[in-house]
Amino acid sequence: MADSRVFPEPGKPALVQPEGAHYFCRGDWTLAGIEDLDSRLAGVNWPNKDLQLDGSGIGAIDTTGALRLLNLVAELERAGHPVTLIGLRPEQRALLDLVRERRADAGVSAPPLTRSNPLERLGRAFVSHAQAGLQFLGFVGEAAVSLVHALWRPDRLRWRALFGNIEDAGVRALPIIALLAFMLGIVIAYQGGQQLKIYGANIFIVELISLTMLRELAPLITAIIVAGRTGSAYTAQIGTMQITEEVDALRTIGIAPMDLLVLPKLLALVIALPLLTVFADALSLFGGMVMAQALLDVSFTDFLERVPRVVTLTSFLLGVGKAPVFAAIIALVGCYQGFHVRGGADSVGRQTTVSVVQSIFLVIAADALFSVVLGGIGL
Amino acid sequence: MTPFLEVTDIDIAYPPKRVVEGVSFKMAEAAIGCLLGPSGCGKTTLLRAIAGFEPVQRGLIWLEGVELSRPHWTLPPEQRRIGMMFQDLALFPHLTVADNVAFGLRSWKAAERWARVHELLNVVGLDEYAQRYPHQISGGQQQRVALARALAPRPRLLLLDEPFSSLDVALREDLAHEIRAILLREGIGGLLVSHDQFEAFAFADQIGVLNQGRLLQWDSAYNLYHRPADHFVADFIGQGVFLPGRMGEGSRVCTELGDIDGIPPAGCAPGDPVEVLVRPDDVTHDDSSPLMAEVVERAFRGAEFLYTLKLDSGARLLCLAASHHNHQAGQRIGIRLEIDHLVVFQRALGAMNEA
Ligand SMILES: Nc1ncnc2c1ncn2[C@@H]1O[C@H](COP(=O)(O)OP(=O)(O)O)[C@@H](O)[C@H]1O
Ligand SMILES: [Mg+2]
Repeated sequence: MADSRVFPEPGKPALVQPEGAHYFCRGDWTLAGIEDLDSRLAGVNWPNKDLQLDGSGIGAIDTTGALRLLNLVAELERAGHPVTLIGLRPEQRALLDLVRERRADAGVSAPPLTRSNPLERLGRAFVSHAQAGLQFLGFVGEAAVSLVHALWRPDRLRWRALFGNIEDAGVRALPIIALLAFMLGIVIAYQGGQQLKIYGANIFIVELISLTMLRELAPLITAIIVAGRTGSAYTAQIGTMQITEEVDALRTIGIAPMDLLVLPKLLALVIALPLLTVFADALSLFGGMVMAQALLDVSFTDFLERVPRVVTLTSFLLGVGKAPVFAAIIALVGCYQGFHVRGGADSVGRQTTVSVVQSIFLVIAADALFSVVLGGIGL
Repeated sequence: MTPFLEVTDIDIAYPPKRVVEGVSFKMAEAAIGCLLGPSGCGKTTLLRAIAGFEPVQRGLIWLEGVELSRPHWTLPPEQRRIGMMFQDLALFPHLTVADNVAFGLRSWKAAERWARVHELLNVVGLDEYAQRYPHQISGGQQQRVALARALAPRPRLLLLDEPFSSLDVALREDLAHEIRAILLREGIGGLLVSHDQFEAFAFADQIGVLNQGRLLQWDSAYNLYHRPADHFVADFIGQGVFLPGRMGEGSRVCTELGDIDGIPPAGCAPGDPVEVLVRPDDVTHDDSSPLMAEVVERAFRGAEFLYTLKLDSGARLLCLAASHHNHQAGQRIGIRLEIDHLVVFQRALGAMNEA
């Protein structure tokens, strides 16, 4: 047998016992010993005055125990009991000092109290939005590079996915776009017609309807419907694949998500949205025409005869020409937000909302920019 | 042999938190390895860095002598030809089993593509399920589809992120063995991530033990068990307890159970506090031994009992004994130490026991 003095009994529970004015720390202040210390400390009544913590009864102490002891002292002082630590042997004191000194390095000190001020929050919000904007630009750049590659090698393009997307985003959207464009035509014709009637200028309803619709409202309403319908679907689809790691799985079998998931969607929308816009043009004119006949006695024949005279080809093309730009915005924002889904299903919902709000915002901003620029060059 | 996969001193962080620190290891071509560690130690992160999903903050990753990752530069996963099996499989739910496997083979000629798909489905034994959808087959079968899909484009290396964790224990080891055999046959190297040592032993030739983002030891299973480099490895691999002791003269270690011969850890002087790893199979039950210990607990293991014993000092020991030695808790039994490889570590400073 080895000499027994080497082996103190391990794991005698650490505790604190009041004896008169002294509070004695007993047992082993080691990892094993302090296991249930908190529950044992709960039973101790601390006096409301200066208190003397006596460490002479401590058996063994290690760094964990020393840290706990230091924390106990700190807790007591915070609760308003000034503590004097006595009775420690020199080597125990040295360990305590070492632990106190190194506590910062171990990263267990409380984090500094931070109370952010409004200015700081504003700054942080600005920086994070600017970073998000830059990231989005990076994504647009990547998409552009893949697009160039794909147009260079059209045989590598995912044709089936492209046609599938055109059907989903274009053909299936016809009914809702027909209905909304028609109703928009009616609304504008009704409001404008009321004013025109006062002056007997009924026939000018044709100018009013055709110019507002073809140049501005039809492209805009179509883009907004498609953003809500298709942009959100893009985010949800890619987001779900992101959560189930399908996107990662694609990459490990050598397929770039840009080629499979983004390009067909982008191209499909760039093709479908102008066509939908022309469709919306026609239906909104029809709505205006119906209203003009009912309210202003402008017959279908008069209306249709006048349209080609007041609508220049430029106005029509400007309206339709905005659509591919809107389409690119919607598809890119939708896909980008899909790739930014992290964590669980709730994140898909959140990113989908963000995607719709951002794409509608950017579409309207782009439309405003078009107005300013086109007005500036006199079109 | 020049190493095939070479990971050199890499750090990976999810800013601001550093998750993997200073990890280095090498694997030969077509070798099969495993990263083993408790949950949250950074295994998935390390594997994703090798696959190319996470950038490295420091260090290099090379494959076949070509650089894949360095700080500020990461070759994208789709260009690495490194396959991966994911924790949740990530099969494409709207495609049939055959289409799932064929998905990565778009650039192949149709005839070659379908030949490869059928070859792999045969290898994993699922040829008759080719037209089913993933939700129509069992968990183990889905696992095999995921394997076939990952192997189809002939990757240079296959990474497996705890792919068996959703299966029941019996199936796990079988599948680990099976996948190992398939990888060996295809000549493709594999790197498994696991928190289950038995899965790791069943699968890999070389195992790396990770803890808190650090690779503690990269070695064979035998060496991890019998020559652990570190206290954590000794504790994590297999069962056992640490018995406090003190270095004696020369290579002797004095413990409560007597003096044992062993190689002292570097920098240990006589008198230094140490701890000795005692595995359950190092302790034999011997009625004639003068050394007695009290039975605290016992667990029936079929052929054996695993006894938890308490020594006079209060220290605990584990002991495997044939199950016809049937002792009750509270009884005192005789024991003997039979240690072949003595594993000794210097005891943490700061544990300031009375001397
Ligand atoms: N995307 C992430 N962002 C931030 N922290 C993460 C992320 N993924 C993992 N971590 C953290 O990194 C550590 C290691 O995670 P992981 O590699 O998944 O561990 P393991 O696979 O070994 O269980 C964990 O502490 C985890 O919280
Ligand atoms: Mg993991």
